[in-house]
Amino acid sequence: MNERIDALLRQVQRPARYVGGEYGQVVKDKADVDVRVAFCFPDTYEIGMSNLGVKILYGVMNDMPGVWCERAFAPWGDMAQAMRREGLPLWALESGDPLSDFDVIAVSIGYEMAYTTVLDMLDMGGIPLRAADRPDLRHLVMAGGGCMCNIEPMAEFFDLCFLGEGEDMDREVLELYQKAKAEGWDKPRFLRQAAQIQGIYIPSLYDIAYNADGTVASITARDGAPDKVRKRIVEDFDGCYYPTRPVVPSTEIVHDRVSLEVFRGCIRGCRFCQAGHTNRPVRSRSAETLLRLGKETLENTGYQELNLSSLSTSDYRQLGELCDGLLDYCRPRGISLSLPSLRADNFSMDIMRRVQQVRKSGLTFAPEAGTQRLRDAINKNVTEEDLLTSCRVAFEGGWNNVKLYFMLGLPTETDEDVLGIAELAKKVFWTWKQHAANKSRGVRITVSTSEFIPKPHTPFQWEAQISRAEYLRRVGLLTDALARTRSVTYNWHDAEMSLVEAALARGDRRMGAVIERVWRAGGRLESWSEYFSLDRWLEAFPACGLDMDFYATRERPVAELQPWEHMDCAVSRAHLERERRRAYEGVMTPDCRAGCAGCGAAGLLKEGVCRG
Amino acid sequence: MDKLRLKFSKTGRAVYISHLDLMRTMQRTFSRAGVGLKYSEGFNPHAKISIILPLSVGTASLCEYMDFSLTEERDLDALPELLNRYMPEGIRALEAYEAPGKGAELRWLRLAGVMKGGRDAAFYTDFFARDSILAERRGKRGLRTDDIAPAIRRARFADINGGAEAELILHAQEPTLSPELMMASLGEDAPAYFRFTRLEAYKEDMTPFR
Repeated sequence: MNERIDALLRQVQRPARYVGGEYGQVVKDKADVDVRVAFCFPDTYEIGMSNLGVKILYGVMNDMPGVWCERAFAPWGDMAQAMRREGLPLWALESGDPLSDFDVIAVSIGYEMAYTTVLDMLDMGGIPLRAADRPDLRHLVMAGGGCMCNIEPMAEFFDLCFLGEGEDMDREVLELYQKAKAEGWDKPRFLRQAAQIQGIYIPSLYDIAYNADGTVASITARDGAPDKVRKRIVEDFDGCYYPTRPVVPSTEIVHDRVSLEVFRGCIRGCRFCQAGHTNRPVRSRSAETLLRLGKETLENTGYQELNLSSLSTSDYRQLGELCDGLLDYCRPRGISLSLPSLRADNFSMDIMRRVQQVRKSGLTFAPEAGTQRLRDAINKNVTEEDLLTSCRVAFEGGWNNVKLYFMLGLPTETDEDVLGIAELAKKVFWTWKQHAANKSRGVRITVSTSEFIPKPHTPFQWEAQISRAEYLRRVGLLTDALARTRSVTYNWHDAEMSLVEAALARGDRRMGAVIERVWRAGGRLESWSEYFSLDRWLEAFPACGLDMDFYATRERPVAELQPWEHMDCAVSRAHLERERRRAYEGVMTPDCRAGCAGCGAAGLLKEGVCRG
Repeated sequence: MDKLRLKFSKTGRAVYISHLDLMRTMQRTFSRAGVGLKYSEGFNPHAKISIILPLSVGTASLCEYMDFSLTEERDLDALPELLNRYMPEGIRALEAYEAPGKGAELRWLRLAGVMKGGRDAAFYTDFFARDSILAERRGKRGLRTDDIAPAIRRARFADINGGAEAELILHAQEPTLSPELMMASLGEDAPAYFRFTRLEAYKEDMTPFR
């Protein structure tokens, strides 16, 4: 480290996150490298290094001959300020070189609130923000991640976007880039070619026209780009790349452990859930493969904890077998196993008992809604009986800490549904009273609510978000209903951030100006409450001639063309419309294994048959 | 195997790893190398390792010592090379051996460093040659003022471009005098920037500590 940077690192919190050098980082000889990629994660090191997608794509890209992928994260406020004061550009961790030294800037975005941070990182790295201001092939800015199912609000900043899973298409795009660079192509030629790769979205090749009322009139592809960009998946998930030699941070991060991805997709089809719809179809790894990958990664990293990750781990067919195999390996070595995303059913509770024999951490359930009627409407296939039985088993087993997560503002929600949350919490309390193994320690039941946010590519994509005032009224209703229940703590998330998230999630291209304005006013790391400010957004929307409510709290007619209609995530619009009708009828749709609902995702598979 | 000691260095980018993070890093390094550290019992088992004199973030060292125990017999001479294959950049195992005495025997440290943006070598030499040098130390019972002069055995300075370089021998335990505290004692004359490296450790009588 040179003295200037060293002096700065001595003034900031946790400097180890800014210097790299960790075990497992990839360093290549620049003489052997023809394409340098700066992989940017628009959040802190601690969050980004916990992200499995980052580990996967870092490995995939660095496995390519001639490609060197390095990491960059958003500095915390103290560091960002010091860097700007000192005129130091954002650097990548491995080489310490500024982003402007790189050919390709790759950004991973899983959360709308990261948008302003993306702009901040580009600017700190000396990269012009808008694609139109980067005329050369150099400094190509590409983006991938969960937000790509509607990336229109960021469309003017990106040259190229990846819709779906990156393992194969990242490689194909970089190979094309290697060729383009070697042969001296110009940027338009490269982008036109890249648009031919399945899953690749080139925003500049699409013209958007608007109606007088602000809705989208048409989306027109140009220069041979596909009318609809079809999501890419990895069909053979069992044989798919898994990072068994990830970078092991030298400073503590959020999820500091091995994360084993059991399957992708979800069989459940909860109607509010974007991930459950955009990651279909379900593809699993075999227990045998997972055991091998788990052991290998534990040995290579030295981690003492392994976590099974998926959208709903209880739905993994070989879960019992996998847990037994992992426990056989982990227990004698003092390695602990954690299983988030379990459903409240008997089978899962049995697994929990077997896995958590030592430490009794809290149990978390997400019934999402307080009454069976509303749970049916959102297709959350959990009954009150399931939940109470699970709680009974937990209390009998000595647990005394239960967290319950709910959403307020779900479509069709009435006051009765809101009060149902309090009723359910009280029933959990009575269950504890009747079945607790040891009542002397008391019980802690925590009810948390957040505001429902309608997301693209879900059956609720046309719904209005309730207003902040209405959310607060419902919070008040629930607060009063729980006021006299001492063992129940009620936490609610403020709706300020939800409003912005709702607007961004279903935004169109014109919103780029708003995001840039908020960033210029100081917006960055906005998923952190200490850095979020609603006022900046309230100022920026009208200043750019847009109305936040138009995007967030307006119910959209089904016939309206949505800004993301050229993104084909494989679940058909007809399926989403049908699911929405069924929600209003209060009719559940069975999970994929109980009966195929014909969502369309199977069409991504070669044989056209989904094996869940 | 019990009562073992590892001598290691911590330089370059590794100087920013905090003490707590270093403990975790060491534990994982042993685990990657397949060397069985002894663990404590209980709900939250942790490796029984102890680093004799924690370094502050930003200070480098060529003489760090970590005491540990193994669950198995190992060729100690081969251990550093094995561990180094699994270390992050900047941490190097130098020597592993049976500890000849307690860690508390480490009493003096020789350090070298650079100081920029303050006074010249002559000023520092005179300042630290005084019989009494008062410094404010943050202790368990709040701030207190200590005389750090007895803890300074050597303080040599030479002028370099933009500042001075220093060679120090400071008392390391009971009491501990860190280079940070020593610099702070300069008050308004403290350098804007300084960076030190621990070079060698000694016992009370200035014989080498092992």
